[in-house]
Amino acid sequence: MELAFLSGKGGTGKSSICSAFISVAKNVIAVDCDVDAANLYLIFPPKNTIETKYISGKNAIIHQDKCIECGLCKELCQFDAINIVEGKFEIDAVSCDGCALCYRKCPTKAIEMVDSDDSKLYFGDFRNGSIIYGRLSPGEENSGKFISVVRSLAREKSKELGIENIIIDGPPGIGCPFMSTITGVDKVVVVTEPSMSGLVDLKRTIDVAQSFMEEIYVIINKYDLNPEVTNQIKEYCLENNIEIIAFLPFDKEVVDAMINGQTIIEYNSESDISNRIREAYQIIFKS
Amino acid sequence: MNIAIASGKGGTGKTFVSTNLFKTFQSLGHSTLLVDCDVECPNSLLFFNLKKLSETKVEEYRPIIDKDKCVYCGLCHEYCEYKAIFYVPELKQIMLLDNLCHGCKACSVACEYGAIEDSSTEIGSVSFFADANKHVFVEGRLKEGKIASIPIIKETIKEAVSLPYDYVILDSSPGTSCPFIQTAVRSDYIVLVAEPTPFGLSDLKQSVETLDSINKDYGVIINRSGLGDIEVYNYLQENNIPIIAEIPFSKEIARYYSEGKLAVSHIEETKKLFEKICKKIIKNGTSIS
Repeated sequence: MELAFLSGKGGTGKSSICSAFISVAKNVIAVDCDVDAANLYLIFPPKNTIETKYISGKNAIIHQDKCIECGLCKELCQFDAINIVEGKFEIDAVSCDGCALCYRKCPTKAIEMVDSDDSKLYFGDFRNGSIIYGRLSPGEENSGKFISVVRSLAREKSKELGIENIIIDGPPGIGCPFMSTITGVDKVVVVTEPSMSGLVDLKRTIDVAQSFMEEIYVIINKYDLNPEVTNQIKEYCLENNIEIIAFLPFDKEVVDAMINGQTIIEYNSESDISNRIREAYQIIFKS
Repeated sequence: MNIAIASGKGGTGKTFVSTNLFKTFQSLGHSTLLVDCDVECPNSLLFFNLKKLSETKVEEYRPIIDKDKCVYCGLCHEYCEYKAIFYVPELKQIMLLDNLCHGCKACSVACEYGAIEDSSTEIGSVSFFADANKHVFVEGRLKEGKIASIPIIKETIKEAVSLPYDYVILDSSPGTSCPFIQTAVRSDYIVLVAEPTPFGLSDLKQSVETLDSINKDYGVIINRSGLGDIEVYNYLQENNIPIIAEIPFSKEIARYYSEGKLAVSHIEETKKLFEKICKKIIKNGTSIS
């Protein structure tokens, strides 16, 4: 089974709760799909790591010696990626989407498409199984595509190693990386917190998620910080037929565990939070 | 001066800093605009009582394939780098896979038979709001189910910076890749909001790496100080990165935030702290430009 943790809003405690689930699972493939800012490996440092290059896409470059300054590339580009700098046509790598239209149409073949290969894919063993994560090179686009690569590697390894369950720590937001994470997973847990922004983002996340799947669950983290908003979240979930599988209290120990390089389950197995997480785990994996 | 409030990790307090900073800039008499660039999950406007003034739709190019004119040559399919044109010539099947399309128009340029009509699809919006004091706010918003946040971020900032304000505060989306960099490149100064935890440090390092790659000036606000450890401080000191301020962890601040209220309007200490932050940012930002 593939389970993904998502949140819409960042910083709701997605990675902390996801890593606690991984601790409960014991033998599992852990996947970090937040390729912009991967964190899971900090708690689960892998051994025997295999690092592979990932070509995240292509970028256009202009060879000035061949450019006749006709301006066709600039005219065709839908991404405003071609600028005239001191009389020369130049490509702004940040805006370039890699569509290659300029490359195909340049009358003097002055444009070349080059691979962006600074992104890395990591695979290794950790204390509860195997971990896969990616590191998109700074400012790179196409994180959605990268995430599908990370996920297909996870599935391959799951078959190869005979480890049935895959637990995914997802990216924040509801755009491209979110879509790539949610496509084809069996269940989703949305981690939220009781604040006005948390509630708004939860609704937006669930609205989009519901068009992909049925098995959506919610965990309210730090539910005791604002009981009023917690009630609003409860009402919203009830109306939309979404089961809340845990109410987790605010607890400084979660941060202490992280600093210790442990999950809350490992740090204090008998704490209230740990018990609640184990109960939530049972609901997800036994139903 | 355009000031981006950013962080690699989500939930470090970008929106908290943006909204309270905006309020502080204004109360100190500066003409300031608040812009929500977190188009996937915009929520900085929740903290103000606003009326919508207008909304501009953001559209992206889409081809419409005319099957009567199509000769199934496959050139559009070949031109499409995103595999967004599903094409099986044996079965005379051709169609656009909308969610893979980036709107680059290559298919349309490729087609020699006039079988592709140029069209567009709505992917989001840029909205303008005002409060009772006629202060203006701008918000970019990705349409639910759409994936292309970049064009909306670009459009939002373009609209915002064309307005006559001395200071524009850009509440950025989390991450270190595209959406973040789009906001950063359009800013004069970047405020990174970081948490003093191992996750916070790892994400801060990535944000710094990205900002260094585009040569931007920045400073760090440490949020929820007192929670966590000293590693973030060590890192900043070793790399000579200025700390703009530390905002101590407080349940009271968290409570106001969760209710959609501004801490600077309710806690005297926080108000004073933000006034200091405001002055420091103006000083840091101006010394650069």
